[in-house]
Amino acid sequence: MTFASILIQLLNGLAAAASLFLVSAGLSLIFGVTRIVNFAHGSLYMLGLYGAYTLIQALGRTPLGFWSAVVLAALLVGIAGVLIEVLVLRRIYRAPELFQLLATFAVVLVIKDIALFTWGAEDLVGPRAPGLSMAVEILGKRIPAYDLLLIAIGPVVLGVLWLLLTRTRWGALVRAATQDREMVGALGVDQARLFTSVFFVGSVLAGLGGALQIPREPANLDLDLAVIADAFVITVVGGLGSIGGAFLAAIIIGVAKAFCIGIGTVSWFGFEISFSKLTLVVEFLIMALVLVARPYGLLGKPQALQRLTTDPAPPLTAPSWKIALVWVVLLLGVPLLADRYITIMLTDIVCFALFAVSLHFIMGPAGMVSFGHAAYFGLGAYAAGLLFKRAGLPMEAALLLAPLCAGAFAVVYGWFCVRLSGVYLAMLTLAFAQISWSVVFQWDSLTGGSNGVFGIWPSAWLADKTTYYYLALACCGAGIAILWRVLFSPFGAVLRAGRDSPLRAEAIGIDLRGFQWAAFVLVGALAGLAGSVYAFSKGSISPSTISIGQSTDGLIMVLLGGVETLTGPVVGAAVYTWVRDAVARHTEFWRAVMGGIILLIVLLFPQGLVGGLKALFLRWKEQRA
Amino acid sequence: MNAVLQVEGLHKAFGGVQAVADVSFAVAAGEMLALIGPNGAGKSTCFNMLNGQLAPDAGIVRLAGRDIVGLRPRAVWRLGVGRTFQITATFVSLSVRENVQMALYSHAGRLRSLLQRFGAAFRAEADALLAQVGMLDQAERPCGVLAYGDLKRVELAMALANAPRLLLMDEPTAGMAPRERVELMELTAGLARARNIAVLFTEHDMDVVFSQADRIIVLDRGELIAGGTPAEVRANPKVRAVYLGSTH
Repeated sequence: MTFASILIQLLNGLAAAASLFLVSAGLSLIFGVTRIVNFAHGSLYMLGLYGAYTLIQALGRTPLGFWSAVVLAALLVGIAGVLIEVLVLRRIYRAPELFQLLATFAVVLVIKDIALFTWGAEDLVGPRAPGLSMAVEILGKRIPAYDLLLIAIGPVVLGVLWLLLTRTRWGALVRAATQDREMVGALGVDQARLFTSVFFVGSVLAGLGGALQIPREPANLDLDLAVIADAFVITVVGGLGSIGGAFLAAIIIGVAKAFCIGIGTVSWFGFEISFSKLTLVVEFLIMALVLVARPYGLLGKPQALQRLTTDPAPPLTAPSWKIALVWVVLLLGVPLLADRYITIMLTDIVCFALFAVSLHFIMGPAGMVSFGHAAYFGLGAYAAGLLFKRAGLPMEAALLLAPLCAGAFAVVYGWFCVRLSGVYLAMLTLAFAQISWSVVFQWDSLTGGSNGVFGIWPSAWLADKTTYYYLALACCGAGIAILWRVLFSPFGAVLRAGRDSPLRAEAIGIDLRGFQWAAFVLVGALAGLAGSVYAFSKGSISPSTISIGQSTDGLIMVLLGGVETLTGPVVGAAVYTWVRDAVARHTEFWRAVMGGIILLIVLLFPQGLVGGLKALFLRWKEQRA
Repeated sequence: MNAVLQVEGLHKAFGGVQAVADVSFAVAAGEMLALIGPNGAGKSTCFNMLNGQLAPDAGIVRLAGRDIVGLRPRAVWRLGVGRTFQITATFVSLSVRENVQMALYSHAGRLRSLLQRFGAAFRAEADALLAQVGMLDQAERPCGVLAYGDLKRVELAMALANAPRLLLMDEPTAGMAPRERVELMELTAGLARARNIAVLFTEHDMDVVFSQADRIIVLDRGELIAGGTPAEVRANPKVRAVYLGSTH
């Protein structure tokens, strides 16, 4: 590479870093003060892009029209953020953290459908910035003037934020709340107003980040989850709550991505290395490296003081054998009464139930929240498909070997993950899932790329849908039974104990990390089994089985059912799969309906469906007594 | 003296602050040694270096003659050191009995089993320990709902589960009512003497210290300024200066 092309890639990277920084700074600010991991932050960015597109059309393609549209879009997104805070999140600040997470997922679903309804499913390509559409020549290469402007905007916003945080009373409150929010409350500060204002500023930053991208990337409906993943990575690499860290991380990642595209395919010692294919992975590789070397990010400090704000986890009660037996008999009987359609849907539900139960095992009793559990489901599905199609193994062998492959990945991923805790751990699981996804997505020759693998059908004796349903029920039922049994074994008790008090576990001679690692492998293998059974029931697999969407589906199922009960995830998987299917048959806007239902549940039953019903039942019993 | 714990020349600095400087002392089997000092004197820092939670900058910590500096807390525990914390650390979602059983299972190396039912083994042993600390009647309750003083008792039972030769108790009676404090420490002293366990504890309540400790050592600004029997320490002018703020 010549010096000129290095410089160009550097400038490209810095231009891309500007928007990344704005979004991440907003996310970081909101997390720091409210402790909410706001999955809807990417949706706000998406709204910024769409909003700018429409406003530019309304205000005209003049410099004044363009820039008023950008600012107006950002402010409108800020108001949307305030609405989310006031209408939803403010009501559940006292609910467990995971439940707040579920609420933000619901907001993601609702906003996606609002965007679909308003702007349609087609990508919308915005205009170039009026007055800045020319290119500037630097060292013989042409670089868009707009990119140079973006490069300048990053440091300007950083400076403004820094002034806001260090020179104003509001900034002092934000910094104080980031350090110790109860203390700030105890000192008589109106927390509701502080939170709302932080949400406004954070959302404006997300909206501005999106609006500024309109000349560079088309507005589309997949941006929400893609951007939230980027923003998570940057906040975590920079250090949660550190604006300067977010700036540094955005630059590192923006530049690294630009260089990967710029270098293209290189031949080293006879090996062809495609750097452009690394583009999708590079940020996650950087994040994994940073987290292993500096568990709190580049400029982050150990997690801020947080007192126990929610009640401790309640004791776990074992499901009754009698009730389980009734359910097994019912499930065995369904195909005799129901039609083919219901049998197929039940097969899906059974697979997702094992997926959700395995996720619940690791995030509930073991206390390690995973944002990337689809990795194991998807890798299990792909392992099954590839062993069957490419390695030519019999279907039965592929079905049973696939979980071992998923487990083998969990050995590697888990080793890194158990070294972290809390939000950092969750982000690292997301990073590994995204790395897996992008490898599968791009390795055309092996995985079929974005098309996936076709023709993965079960052997003749299992081809009948009813027979396959029984196989799925047997495999996934056994998986669920194993996980539930293990939870009450000494091994499972150690996991629960380690969640309650890692300090005490260590003080009575327990090597907690070893147990947590083993738990990762166990749930990885069983999620892989769910994926493997799912693959053969569908006949084909696509990269969406490893996507963030699949991971968040799993989280929704667990949280919907309730993380504090064992049966919750099963109920959550069944309700979510069934409602999604039922609603999707009537309207294209099933996400909004689903999101609305989830929000209702969140606001009415903060302990999830099963937890909420249990509480209602107990109240009814008390009243009778 | 037949020392169970022997500490020589312990040092620890945080940045420029010398938290613990050249501290040396020993605890004998069956002895109750109190480590006292004003807030910020370095008591907790000192404590955390004894069981491996903090690495000292310099110094030797010998347990029954063996240097244990650099070992992790879990390894120190396996050598026979029980520990209670200033802010109780128990497994809140497990029952009182299960908390003690966890320590017993760990001691026996039987936690790796995947399919046995946890809680089936060591029930009688756990109940015996709970009876000793007066918590048997609450064995079925989850630790998350216990009163603070009761949690301290559960911690004591857990600390006794590996038949320790040394008990480290950081502020064992913090947050308890005055009468409970004396009761807990009398209980501890009784158990220590009966089982020949060495006990090192820090404490703010001087009634407890002077009534229960066999010997007292006094830490001020990271340095040991006095040591001896309760009567000797009570009469020591340096100690009076530190606690009463006078130099007479």
